[in-house]
Amino acid sequence: MQVDFKPLVVAFCCNWCSYAGADLAGTSRLQYPAEVKIIKVPCSCRVNPLFVLRAFQKGADGVIICGCHPGDCHYSTGNYYTRRRITLLYSMLDFLGIEKGRTHLEWVSAAEGVKFATVMNKFVGQIHELGENKRLEDWRCKN
Amino acid sequence: MQELMKAKAKELLAGGIVQKVLAWKKGDFPQNPAPAFFADESQLDEMVYDKFCAANLAKFMVEAKKEDGKTLVFLRPCDTYSYNQLLKENRVSREKAYIIGVGCEGVVAVEEMQGTGLLERCRVCTKINHVIYDELIGAETVKRETDDAAARFDRVEEVEKMTSDERYAFWQNQLSKCIRCNACRNACPSCSCKKCVFDGDSYDTEQKANASSFEEQMFHIIRAYHVAGRCTDCGECARVCPQGIELNLLNRKFIKDINELYGEFQAGADIEALGPLTDFNIDQDPEPSSF
Repeated sequence: MQVDFKPLVVAFCCNWCSYAGADLAGTSRLQYPAEVKIIKVPCSCRVNPLFVLRAFQKGADGVIICGCHPGDCHYSTGNYYTRRRITLLYSMLDFLGIEKGRTHLEWVSAAEGVKFATVMNKFVGQIHELGENKRLEDWRCKN
Repeated sequence: MQELMKAKAKELLAGGIVQKVLAWKKGDFPQNPAPAFFADESQLDEMVYDKFCAANLAKFMVEAKKEDGKTLVFLRPCDTYSYNQLLKENRVSREKAYIIGVGCEGVVAVEEMQGTGLLERCRVCTKINHVIYDELIGAETVKRETDDAAARFDRVEEVEKMTSDERYAFWQNQLSKCIRCNACRNACPSCSCKKCVFDGDSYDTEQKANASSFEEQMFHIIRAYHVAGRCTDCGECARVCPQGIELNLLNRKFIKDINELYGEFQAGADIEALGPLTDFNIDQDPEPSSF
Protein backbone atom coordinates (compact mmCIF):
# COMPACT_ATOMS: atom_id res chain seq x y z
CA MET A 1 0.00 0.00 0.00
CA GLN A 2 1.23 3.39 -0.88
CA VAL A 3 1.26 5.94 1.87
CA ASP A 4 3.39 8.74 0.61
CA PHE A 5 3.80 9.38 -3.09
CA LYS A 6 7.19 10.87 -3.77
CA PRO A 7 7.34 11.68 -7.46
CA LEU A 8 10.47 11.64 -9.51
CA VAL A 9 10.66 14.50 -11.97
CA VAL A 10 13.40 14.73 -14.55
CA ALA A 11 14.28 18.20 -15.78
CA PHE A 12 16.46 18.56 -18.85
CA CYS A 13 18.07 21.98 -18.58
CA CYS A 14 20.18 23.64 -21.21
CA ASN A 15 23.65 24.63 -20.14
CA TRP A 16 23.40 28.27 -21.10
CA CYS A 17 20.06 29.52 -19.82
CA SER A 18 17.98 27.13 -17.78
CA TYR A 19 20.79 25.50 -15.84
CA ALA A 20 22.05 28.95 -14.91
CA GLY A 21 18.46 29.84 -14.05
CA ALA A 22 18.31 26.86 -11.72
CA ASP A 23 21.59 27.97 -10.22
CA LEU A 24 20.19 31.43 -9.63
CA ALA A 25 17.14 29.90 -7.96
CA GLY A 26 19.56 28.10 -5.68
CA THR A 27 21.77 31.05 -4.84
CA SER A 28 18.67 33.19 -4.30
CA ARG A 29 17.51 30.54 -1.79
CA LEU A 30 14.22 30.02 -3.57
CA GLN A 31 12.38 26.85 -2.61
CA TYR A 32 11.59 24.26 -5.21
CA PRO A 33 10.83 20.56 -4.69
CA ALA A 34 13.73 18.22 -4.14
CA GLU A 35 11.98 15.65 -6.35
CA VAL A 36 13.26 17.51 -9.38
CA LYS A 37 16.38 15.86 -10.77
CA ILE A 38 18.21 18.13 -13.18
CA ILE A 39 20.11 16.78 -16.14
CA LYS A 40 22.32 19.31 -17.84
CA VAL A 41 22.34 19.23 -21.62
CA PRO A 42 24.38 21.48 -23.94
CA CYS A 43 21.21 22.74 -25.62
CA SER A 44 17.54 21.86 -25.34
CA CYS A 45 17.74 20.42 -28.84
CA ARG A 46 20.19 17.83 -27.47
CA VAL A 47 17.16 16.16 -25.92
CA ASN A 48 16.49 13.19 -28.11
CA PRO A 49 12.84 12.06 -27.89
CA LEU A 50 14.29 8.75 -26.75
CA PHE A 51 15.67 10.50 -23.65
CA VAL A 52 12.16 11.45 -22.63
CA LEU A 53 10.86 7.91 -23.06
CA ARG A 54 13.95 6.55 -21.37
CA ALA A 55 13.34 8.77 -18.36
CA PHE A 56 9.81 7.44 -18.06
CA GLN A 57 11.11 3.91 -18.45
CA LYS A 58 13.57 4.42 -15.63
CA GLY A 59 10.79 5.48 -13.30
CA ALA A 60 10.23 9.19 -13.86
CA ASP A 61 6.70 10.41 -13.17
CA GLY A 62 7.13 13.58 -15.15
CA VAL A 63 9.58 15.04 -17.62
CA ILE A 64 10.18 18.75 -18.14
CA ILE A 65 12.48 20.26 -20.72
CA CYS A 66 13.87 23.75 -20.13
CA GLY A 67 15.70 25.81 -22.71
CA CYS A 68 16.57 29.36 -23.63
CA HIS A 69 13.77 31.62 -24.78
CA PRO A 70 13.18 31.55 -28.53
CA GLY A 71 15.70 33.92 -30.04
CA ASP A 72 18.15 33.55 -27.17
CA CYS A 73 19.65 30.18 -28.04
CA HIS A 74 23.41 30.06 -27.54
CA TYR A 75 23.60 28.20 -30.84
CA SER A 76 21.18 30.62 -32.50
CA THR A 77 18.52 28.17 -33.64
CA GLY A 78 18.65 25.06 -31.44
CA ASN A 79 15.51 25.75 -29.48
CA TYR A 80 13.43 26.33 -32.60
CA TYR A 81 14.11 22.74 -33.59
CA THR A 82 13.36 21.61 -30.05
CA ARG A 83 10.03 23.37 -30.20
CA ARG A 84 8.87 21.47 -33.28
CA ARG A 85 10.30 18.16 -32.20
CA ILE A 86 8.91 18.22 -28.73
CA THR A 87 5.52 19.49 -29.89
CA LEU A 88 5.22 16.40 -32.06
CA LEU A 89 6.50 14.06 -29.36
CA TYR A 90 4.15 15.37 -26.67
CA SER A 91 1.25 15.30 -29.09
CA MET A 92 2.05 11.66 -29.88
CA LEU A 93 2.30 10.72 -26.21
CA ASP A 94 -1.10 12.31 -25.71
CA PHE A 95 -2.39 10.37 -28.71
CA LEU A 96 -1.25 7.14 -27.05
CA GLY A 97 -3.17 8.03 -23.92
CA ILE A 98 -0.29 9.20 -21.73
CA GLU A 99 -1.50 11.99 -19.45
CA LYS A 100 -0.64 15.35 -20.97
CA GLY A 101 0.37 16.79 -17.59
CA ARG A 102 3.37 14.50 -17.31
CA THR A 103 5.28 16.31 -20.00
CA HIS A 104 6.15 19.96 -20.19
CA LEU A 105 8.43 22.38 -21.99
CA GLU A 106 9.30 25.77 -20.58
CA TRP A 107 11.66 28.54 -21.64
CA VAL A 108 13.74 29.75 -18.67
CA SER A 109 16.52 32.29 -19.05
CA ALA A 110 19.60 32.61 -16.85
CA ALA A 111 18.05 35.61 -15.11
CA GLU A 112 14.79 33.86 -14.31
CA GLY A 113 15.56 32.09 -11.05
CA VAL A 114 12.12 32.95 -9.76
CA LYS A 115 10.46 31.58 -12.86
CA PHE A 116 12.45 28.37 -12.54
CA ALA A 117 11.29 27.82 -8.98
CA THR A 118 7.67 28.70 -9.84
CA VAL A 119 7.60 26.39 -12.84
CA MET A 120 9.08 23.49 -10.87
CA ASN A 121 6.63 24.00 -8.00
CA LYS A 122 3.74 24.05 -10.43
CA PHE A 123 4.92 21.05 -12.39
CA VAL A 124 5.63 18.90 -9.36
CA GLY A 125 2.22 19.87 -7.96
CA GLN A 126 0.68 18.70 -11.21
CA ILE A 127 2.53 15.39 -10.98
CA HIS A 128 1.32 14.98 -7.39
CA GLU A 129 -2.23 15.28 -8.69
CA LEU A 130 -1.65 12.79 -11.49
CA GLY A 131 -0.01 10.28 -9.18
CA GLU A 132 2.39 7.56 -10.11
CA ASN A 133 3.31 7.01 -13.73
CA LYS A 134 1.57 3.74 -14.60
CA ARG A 135 1.15 4.10 -18.33
CA LEU A 136 4.75 4.48 -19.40
CA GLU A 137 6.51 2.39 -16.82
CA ASP A 138 8.82 -0.52 -17.35
CA TRP A 139 8.53 -2.91 -14.46
CA ARG A 140 11.89 -4.44 -15.32
CA CYS A 141 13.50 -1.16 -14.33
CA LYS A 142 11.65 -0.87 -11.04
CA ASN A 143 13.37 -1.71 -7.77
CA MET B 1 0.79 -3.69 -69.12
CA GLN B 2 2.70 -6.60 -67.61
CA GLU B 3 3.78 -7.73 -71.08
CA LEU B 4 4.83 -4.20 -72.03
CA MET B 5 6.94 -4.02 -68.88
CA LYS B 6 8.56 -7.40 -69.56
CA ALA B 7 9.34 -6.41 -73.14
CA LYS B 8 10.89 -3.15 -71.98
CA ALA B 9 12.92 -4.94 -69.32
CA LYS B 10 14.20 -7.46 -71.86
CA GLU B 11 15.10 -4.73 -74.29
CA LEU B 12 17.06 -2.74 -71.71
CA LEU B 13 18.82 -5.83 -70.36
CA ALA B 14 19.75 -6.99 -73.85
CA GLY B 15 20.95 -3.52 -74.79
CA GLY B 16 23.22 -3.49 -71.77
CA ILE B 17 21.69 -0.26 -70.54
CA VAL B 18 20.81 -1.85 -67.24
CA GLN B 19 22.55 -4.68 -65.40
CA LYS B 20 19.61 -5.73 -63.30
CA VAL B 21 15.88 -5.41 -63.11
CA LEU B 22 14.02 -4.81 -59.88
CA ALA B 23 10.42 -5.90 -60.10
CA TRP B 24 7.87 -8.27 -58.59
CA LYS B 25 8.22 -12.02 -58.93
CA LYS B 26 5.52 -14.68 -58.93
CA GLY B 27 4.98 -16.03 -55.44
CA ASP B 28 3.81 -19.42 -54.25
CA PHE B 29 0.25 -18.16 -54.55
CA PRO B 30 -1.21 -15.59 -56.92
CA GLN B 31 -1.82 -13.21 -54.03
CA ASN B 32 1.76 -12.96 -52.82
CA PRO B 33 4.19 -11.75 -55.43
CA ALA B 34 7.47 -10.64 -53.87
CA PRO B 35 10.11 -8.10 -54.86
CA ALA B 36 13.03 -9.62 -56.73
CA PHE B 37 16.12 -8.68 -58.72
CA PHE B 38 16.39 -10.20 -62.19
CA ALA B 39 19.85 -10.33 -63.74
CA ASP B 40 19.04 -12.47 -66.73
CA GLU B 41 16.49 -12.26 -69.54
CA SER B 42 15.38 -15.83 -69.05
CA GLN B 43 14.36 -15.10 -65.46
CA LEU B 44 12.03 -12.36 -66.60
CA ASP B 45 9.26 -14.87 -67.37
CA GLU B 46 8.78 -15.06 -63.64
CA MET B 47 8.12 -11.35 -63.46
CA VAL B 48 4.60 -10.28 -62.67
CA TYR B 49 2.65 -7.06 -62.29
CA ASP B 50 -0.93 -7.19 -61.15
CA LYS B 51 -3.31 -5.98 -58.49
CA PHE B 52 -1.53 -8.06 -55.84
CA CYS B 53 1.88 -6.43 -56.27
CA ALA B 54 1.81 -4.54 -53.04
CA ALA B 55 5.47 -4.21 -52.06
CA ASN B 56 7.08 -0.81 -52.38
CA LEU B 57 10.26 -1.33 -54.41
CA ALA B 58 11.86 2.02 -53.56
CA LYS B 59 13.73 0.75 -50.53
CA PHE B 60 15.48 -2.01 -52.49
CA MET B 61 17.18 0.68 -54.53
CA VAL B 62 19.37 1.35 -51.50
CA GLU B 63 21.03 -1.96 -52.37
CA ALA B 64 21.30 -0.98 -56.02
CA LYS B 65 23.47 1.98 -55.02
CA LYS B 66 26.25 -0.42 -54.04
CA GLU B 67 26.15 -2.34 -57.32
CA ASP B 68 27.99 -1.55 -60.51
CA GLY B 69 25.86 -0.39 -63.38
CA LYS B 70 22.27 0.64 -63.58
CA THR B 71 19.25 -1.06 -62.13
CA LEU B 72 15.89 -0.87 -63.83
CA VAL B 73 13.11 -0.32 -61.36
CA PHE B 74 9.36 -0.16 -61.80
CA LEU B 75 7.74 2.41 -59.55
CA ARG B 76 4.10 3.24 -59.08
CA PRO B 77 3.17 6.86 -58.30
CA CYS B 78 3.24 6.37 -54.54
CA ASP B 79 6.57 4.54 -54.76
CA THR B 80 8.14 7.45 -56.61
CA TYR B 81 7.52 9.62 -53.53
CA SER B 82 9.38 7.09 -51.40
CA TYR B 83 12.20 7.00 -53.95
CA ASN B 84 12.38 10.78 -54.03
CA GLN B 85 12.61 10.91 -50.26
CA LEU B 86 15.47 8.38 -50.31
CA LEU B 87 17.16 10.38 -53.04
CA LYS B 88 16.86 13.53 -50.97
CA GLU B 89 18.57 11.73 -48.09
CA ASN B 90 21.27 10.47 -50.44
CA ARG B 91 20.41 6.85 -49.74
CA VAL B 92 19.95 5.97 -53.40
CA SER B 93 21.88 6.96 -56.46
CA ARG B 94 19.95 8.52 -59.31
CA GLU B 95 22.74 7.66 -61.78
CA LYS B 96 22.43 3.99 -60.96
CA ALA B 97 18.70 3.86 -61.48
CA TYR B 98 16.59 3.60 -64.60
CA ILE B 99 13.10 4.38 -63.40
CA ILE B 100 10.03 3.33 -65.29
CA GLY B 101 6.86 4.77 -63.85
CA VAL B 102 4.02 2.30 -64.13
CA GLY B 103 0.30 2.80 -63.85
CA CYS B 104 -1.57 1.59 -60.83
CA GLU B 105 -5.20 0.89 -60.13
CA GLY B 106 -4.74 0.19 -56.47
CA VAL B 107 -3.63 -2.94 -54.66
CA VAL B 108 -6.16 -5.52 -53.56
CA ALA B 109 -6.13 -6.36 -49.89
CA VAL B 110 -5.42 -10.08 -49.56
CA GLU B 111 -8.01 -10.60 -46.88
CA GLU B 112 -10.63 -9.18 -49.22
CA MET B 113 -9.67 -11.30 -52.19
CA GLN B 114 -13.21 -12.39 -52.83
CA GLY B 115 -14.34 -8.85 -53.41
CA THR B 116 -12.54 -5.96 -54.99
CA GLY B 117 -11.60 -4.33 -51.71
CA LEU B 118 -8.46 -2.28 -52.07
CA LEU B 119 -5.88 -1.72 -49.39
CA GLU B 120 -6.81 1.12 -47.10
CA ARG B 121 -3.82 3.12 -48.35
CA CYS B 122 -5.08 2.82 -51.93
CA ARG B 123 -8.60 3.86 -51.09
CA VAL B 124 -7.38 7.15 -49.65
CA CYS B 125 -4.50 7.57 -52.11
CA THR B 126 -3.55 11.15 -52.90
CA LYS B 127 -0.38 10.43 -54.87
CA ILE B 128 -1.71 10.27 -58.40
CA ASN B 129 1.28 11.40 -60.45
CA HIS B 130 4.80 10.09 -60.77
CA VAL B 131 7.24 12.61 -59.32
CA ILE B 132 10.39 11.03 -60.74
CA TYR B 133 10.89 8.76 -63.76
CA ASP B 134 12.87 8.14 -66.92
CA GLU B 135 9.88 6.91 -68.83
CA LEU B 136 6.30 5.93 -68.23
CA ILE B 137 4.35 2.80 -69.10
CA GLY B 138 0.57 2.82 -68.82
CA ALA B 139 0.68 5.79 -66.51
CA GLU B 140 -2.70 6.97 -67.75
CA THR B 141 -4.37 4.20 -65.75
CA VAL B 142 -3.43 6.04 -62.58
CA LYS B 143 -5.75 8.87 -63.30
CA ARG B 144 -8.42 7.34 -61.18
CA GLU B 145 -10.74 9.23 -58.94
CA THR B 146 -10.01 8.76 -55.29
CA ASP B 147 -13.23 9.83 -53.67
CA ASP B 148 -12.07 8.74 -50.28
CA ALA B 149 -8.91 10.85 -50.22
CA ALA B 150 -10.55 13.26 -47.81
CA ALA B 151 -11.10 10.35 -45.45
CA ARG B 152 -7.37 9.95 -44.90
CA PHE B 153 -7.38 11.35 -41.39
CA ASP B 154 -10.82 10.11 -40.32
CA ARG B 155 -9.45 7.27 -38.27
CA VAL B 156 -6.89 9.53 -36.56
CA GLU B 157 -9.66 11.94 -35.66
CA GLU B 158 -11.75 9.11 -34.31
CA VAL B 159 -8.98 8.15 -31.91
CA GLU B 160 -8.28 11.79 -31.03
CA LYS B 161 -11.91 12.19 -29.96
CA MET B 162 -11.60 9.45 -27.35
CA THR B 163 -10.75 10.34 -23.77
CA SER B 164 -7.21 9.82 -22.58
CA ASP B 165 -8.21 6.59 -20.79
CA GLU B 166 -9.97 5.23 -23.85
CA ARG B 167 -6.99 6.04 -26.04
CA TYR B 168 -4.67 4.29 -23.64
CA ALA B 169 -6.90 1.22 -23.62
CA PHE B 170 -7.20 1.32 -27.41
CA TRP B 171 -3.45 1.43 -27.92
CA GLN B 172 -2.73 -1.17 -25.27
CA ASN B 173 -5.13 -3.44 -27.10
CA GLN B 174 -3.49 -2.71 -30.44
CA LEU B 175 0.15 -2.74 -29.42
CA SER B 176 -0.07 -5.78 -27.16
CA LYS B 177 -0.56 -7.79 -30.34
CA CYS B 178 2.93 -6.80 -31.49
CA ILE B 179 5.35 -9.71 -31.74
CA ARG B 180 8.34 -7.47 -32.52
CA CYS B 181 8.98 -9.16 -35.83
CA ASN B 182 10.33 -5.80 -37.06
CA ALA B 183 8.48 -6.19 -40.35
CA CYS B 184 7.16 -2.62 -40.11
CA ARG B 185 10.66 -1.33 -39.68
CA ASN B 186 12.15 -3.46 -42.43
CA ALA B 187 9.48 -2.70 -45.00
CA CYS B 188 9.42 1.04 -44.41
CA PRO B 189 11.18 2.89 -47.23
CA SER B 190 11.97 5.82 -44.92
CA CYS B 191 13.52 3.57 -42.26
CA SER B 192 16.84 3.04 -43.97
CA CYS B 193 19.52 3.52 -41.31
CA LYS B 194 22.39 1.08 -41.58
CA LYS B 195 22.57 0.75 -37.85
CA CYS B 196 19.18 0.90 -36.21
CA VAL B 197 18.73 2.15 -32.69
CA PHE B 198 16.67 -0.96 -31.93
CA ASP B 199 19.54 -3.26 -32.86
CA GLY B 200 21.61 -2.20 -29.88
CA ASP B 201 20.87 -3.30 -26.34
CA SER B 202 21.43 0.12 -24.82
CA TYR B 203 17.74 0.97 -24.77
CA ASP B 204 16.42 -2.39 -23.56
CA THR B 205 14.49 -2.83 -26.76
CA GLU B 206 16.40 -5.70 -28.30
CA GLN B 207 14.81 -7.82 -30.96
CA LYS B 208 12.71 -10.17 -28.94
CA ALA B 209 9.14 -10.61 -27.89
CA ASN B 210 7.91 -7.96 -25.52
CA ALA B 211 8.57 -8.29 -21.87
CA SER B 212 6.42 -5.37 -20.84
CA SER B 213 3.91 -2.98 -22.29
CA PHE B 214 6.52 -0.23 -22.13
CA GLU B 215 8.66 -1.87 -24.75
CA GLU B 216 5.85 -1.98 -27.28
CA GLN B 217 5.06 1.66 -26.72
CA MET B 218 8.70 2.64 -26.88
CA PHE B 219 9.27 0.73 -30.09
CA HIS B 220 6.23 2.05 -31.86
CA ILE B 221 6.56 5.66 -30.73
CA ILE B 222 10.19 5.75 -31.79
CA ARG B 223 9.59 3.88 -35.02
CA ALA B 224 6.93 6.37 -36.01
CA TYR B 225 8.92 9.32 -34.69
CA HIS B 226 12.03 8.46 -36.67
CA VAL B 227 10.11 8.79 -39.90
CA ALA B 228 8.08 11.84 -38.85
CA GLY B 229 8.34 14.46 -41.56
CA ARG B 230 9.87 11.88 -43.89
CA CYS B 231 7.00 9.41 -44.04
CA THR B 232 5.30 9.58 -47.42
CA ASP B 233 2.29 7.70 -46.05
CA CYS B 234 2.87 4.71 -48.32
CA GLY B 235 1.21 2.45 -45.77
CA GLU B 236 3.70 -0.41 -46.01
CA CYS B 237 4.01 -0.67 -42.23
CA ALA B 238 0.35 -1.41 -41.74
CA ARG B 239 0.24 -3.73 -44.74
CA VAL B 240 3.11 -5.96 -43.67
CA CYS B 241 2.08 -6.20 -40.03
CA PRO B 242 1.23 -9.87 -39.45
CA GLN B 243 -0.84 -8.91 -36.44
CA GLY B 244 -2.93 -6.35 -38.27
CA ILE B 245 -1.98 -3.43 -36.03
CA GLU B 246 -3.06 -0.09 -37.47
CA LEU B 247 0.49 1.17 -37.55
CA ASN B 248 0.05 3.90 -40.10
CA LEU B 249 -2.31 5.57 -37.65
CA LEU B 250 0.78 6.66 -35.71
CA ASN B 251 2.47 7.96 -38.86
CA ARG B 252 -0.69 9.73 -39.98
CA LYS B 253 -0.99 11.39 -36.59
CA PHE B 254 2.42 12.95 -37.18
CA ILE B 255 1.47 13.93 -40.72
CA LYS B 256 -1.77 15.46 -39.49
CA ASP B 257 0.02 17.40 -36.75
CA ILE B 258 2.63 18.64 -39.20
CA ASN B 259 -0.02 19.70 -41.70
CA GLU B 260 -2.01 21.52 -39.07
CA LEU B 261 0.83 23.17 -37.20
CA TYR B 262 3.47 23.82 -39.83
CA GLY B 263 1.56 23.86 -43.09
CA GLU B 264 0.71 21.16 -45.61
CA PHE B 265 3.65 18.92 -46.32
CA GLN B 266 4.00 15.84 -48.48
CA ALA B 267 7.29 14.05 -47.98
CA GLY B 268 9.00 13.11 -51.21
CA ALA B 269 7.08 15.58 -53.34
CA ASP B 270 9.84 18.14 -53.56
CA ILE B 271 13.44 17.09 -53.37
CA GLU B 272 14.66 20.60 -52.54
CA ALA B 273 12.19 21.39 -49.76
CA LEU B 274 13.33 21.29 -46.14
CA GLY B 275 11.57 18.69 -44.03
CA PRO B 276 9.26 20.02 -41.34
CA LEU B 277 11.58 18.86 -38.55
CA THR B 278 14.68 20.33 -40.13
CA ASP B 279 13.01 23.68 -40.53
CA PHE B 280 11.32 26.17 -38.22
CA ASN B 281 9.25 29.29 -38.23
CA ILE B 282 10.48 31.77 -35.66
CA ASP B 283 7.20 33.54 -34.98
CA GLN B 284 4.51 31.09 -35.88
CA ASP B 285 5.43 27.73 -34.37
CA PRO B 286 3.16 26.99 -31.42
CA GLU B 287 4.46 26.05 -27.98
CA PRO B 288 4.15 22.37 -27.07
CA SER B 289 2.68 22.83 -23.63
CA SER B 290 1.41 25.35 -21.13
CA PHE B 291 0.15 25.29 -17.57
